[in-house]
Amino acid sequence: MKCREVVELMTDYLEGALSAIDRHRFEEHIAGCDGCRAYLEQMRITLSQVHRLADEPIPERVQEQLLEAFRSWKSTGRSTPS
Amino acid sequence: MGEASGAELEALKRGDEATFVDVIQRYHGPMLRLAMAYVRDHHVAEDVVQETWLTAIRALDRFEGRSSLKTWIFGIVINVARSRRRKESRLLPFTALLRRDDADRRQRTVDPSRFTAAGDWRALPNQWDNIPEARLIAGETLQRVKAAIEDLPPKHREVIVLRDVAELEAGTVSDMLGISAENQRVRLHRARAAVRKRLEEYLG
Repeated sequence: MKCREVVELMTDYLEGALSAIDRHRFEEHIAGCDGCRAYLEQMRITLSQVHRLADEPIPERVQEQLLEAFRSWKSTGRSTPS
Repeated sequence: MGEASGAELEALKRGDEATFVDVIQRYHGPMLRLAMAYVRDHHVAEDVVQETWLTAIRALDRFEGRSSLKTWIFGIVINVARSRRRKESRLLPFTALLRRDDADRRQRTVDPSRFTAAGDWRALPNQWDNIPEARLIAGETLQRVKAAIEDLPPKHREVIVLRDVAELEAGTVSDMLGISAENQRVRLHRARAAVRKRLEEYLG
């Protein structure tokens, strides 16, 4: 397995989608290749960077409006009794 | 961000406000980012998130919990956002939609010039674990990630947001988008590789 091919298998590897044989070959390559090991680490850091986007806070105004809608549903708009 | 439990759904159905606030706070970032996979404008995306919650509140009594609360909510985001996009695209050409899918497994995600003819690295990628934490958590780095995601083809964007921002399961995402597991993985790979490349341009 060449570095050029290994980089294209990174997601399959991280997703656990490689066959047992390919997984073994992948891990064997990574163990002996500083470049691909660095690339795999970059992919992992990329994932954690992308996940930071989840932290965007809800604007106060939006939260108030939604809570208002939830309250009004609770008090009047129920389609079935609880 | 854990999967919403059945207990959470029951609390919402009872009208529990603390649970409602917790859920809208927790899902806001992923929902907004998902909406922006379809509509570019931040304000329109915020409208989509609001409309999603209003739709969900109205439908809450009828929702039986066959899928998780989270999957249900994100499914509504997609429906609302797609319909908003259709309305807008009548007014404004949405050129990104015309880009082709690119879900081609054979297409390389790393510049071929980075490798020798034999397929080995010419120069090794840098070790990012040496980058100071302060740089990784800086707002500037986050802006690069946002920009990279916004520049992705829409079909790659929706997959990376559902998987890596919303942290939905691979199988759930393939089902939601009506694509195969293989196709989902190819799109995810291309999306992640594109974001990595942009980060590399910035971080070195």
